[in-house]
Amino acid sequence: MSGIFNSSIGRKFAMALSAFFLMIFLLQHFAINILSVFSPEAFNNTSHFMGTFWIVQYIFQPILILGVIFHFVMGMVLEVRNRNARKIAYAKNNGNANSTWMSRNMIYTGGAILLFLGLHFYDFWLPEINTKYIQGDMSGLLPDGNYRYFEELQHKFVDVWRVALYCLAFVFLSLHLLHGFSSAFQSVGANNKYTRGLKGFGKAYAIIIPLGFIFIALYHHFNY
Amino acid sequence: MKLTLKIWRQKNADTKGKLVDYQIDGIDGDMSFLEMLDVLNGQLINKGEEPVAFDHDCREGICGSCSLFINGEAHGPDRLVTTCQLHMRMFKDGDTIHIEPFRATAFPVIKDLVVDRGSFDRVQHAGGFISVNTSGKTVDANTIPVNKHDADMSFMAATCIGCGACVASCKNSSAMLFVSAKVSQFALLPQGKIEATERVLNMVKQMDEEGFGNCTNTGACEVECPKGISLENIARMNREYLSATFKG
Repeated sequence: MSGIFNSSIGRKFAMALSAFFLMIFLLQHFAINILSVFSPEAFNNTSHFMGTFWIVQYIFQPILILGVIFHFVMGMVLEVRNRNARKIAYAKNNGNANSTWMSRNMIYTGGAILLFLGLHFYDFWLPEINTKYIQGDMSGLLPDGNYRYFEELQHKFVDVWRVALYCLAFVFLSLHLLHGFSSAFQSVGANNKYTRGLKGFGKAYAIIIPLGFIFIALYHHFNY
Repeated sequence: MKLTLKIWRQKNADTKGKLVDYQIDGIDGDMSFLEMLDVLNGQLINKGEEPVAFDHDCREGICGSCSLFINGEAHGPDRLVTTCQLHMRMFKDGDTIHIEPFRATAFPVIKDLVVDRGSFDRVQHAGGFISVNTSGKTVDANTIPVNKHDADMSFMAATCIGCGACVASCKNSSAMLFVSAKVSQFALLPQGKIEATERVLNMVKQMDEEGFGNCTNTGACEVECPKGISLENIARMNREYLSATFKG
């Protein structure tokens, strides 16, 4: 048991578990963000709850950050090991004949998502930490007495270049998920009569969720 | 058919290799790929040059000896065939064909297109067997009931010829399809259940020690496998391994 993460299958299993966790988080993130389109009030209330509830802040948030770090670090470790497994490349390798572009380039789509997370943390997470834990303002209120979350969100999507970067990042997220969703199930040993349906569901998830995030960014850009 | 061949030439394991161009004419579409190489070697020998070394044995697609990475694919562009069953009709007059050895750190090149696939043998030795009492009281396997589905799945896994196309095709040089087929063919049968825990742990340990890469589920191995070994075997091995690990 102790050596499981030193084995190739153990590492795959660990990657899959962290992927499941991140995919569930992504769904929850989307569910909250889409509220900003339909009801700014509901978005404000939910954001305030998520931003101040101690279980979310002190338990889920650190687990999430560790999950993200683990997924990327393990991805890098696997990439280095895999490159060492073939030190001389083929002069001609027709990868398109037997596998999808997404499955062969997870490290690059993952790297693009990592860069995006840097921007995303700079835009939202660091200002949140500054307001709440450095300035000590846990009220979530603007001087006019309204919650600040919806207005902050709208402000971020004024800049067309930021919106373009967000949209591009969500395209990379979609490409990553198009392989990652079904791959995670295969890694935990789930390949059975439900696999075909699961792959279909995975493709829908990989397209609908990033497309939804793109819609949210564009909606706020054009409606501010 | 007139062809240009770009063939990997490497004197031995310690020297660097390179692609060398050869022109060949008079190739018939009904020739097998290995027969085409035989023709080339005949020409090279007549010219007093070193013939191209390549692995082959049965030439019937069952021994797993032939390899070759042809135009970017293990065993060439056809499906469900080994290199010896690949026919020249798959190519057109005037084509340029790249011929390289199966590349993986765990498959070091011995000479030209010949690689050492002894790592597969060592993985097999680590657990790819069942222990049967042969003292004269051996129970006939046919007397042990096995359900049809499991018997079929086991047989399909057992059709793996251990050629290494899975490793050659995988961008990570992972041997998971081969090892999973060898684990599955026993794991599905009652005779294989007794040593199931040790088998999967030992074979995966040996696979990792040989320097094969980690599977990232691209599925290239399944597509290029000449025997159509399914990715279901990898999922089964993952379950077997996780179950064996958590059992302690």
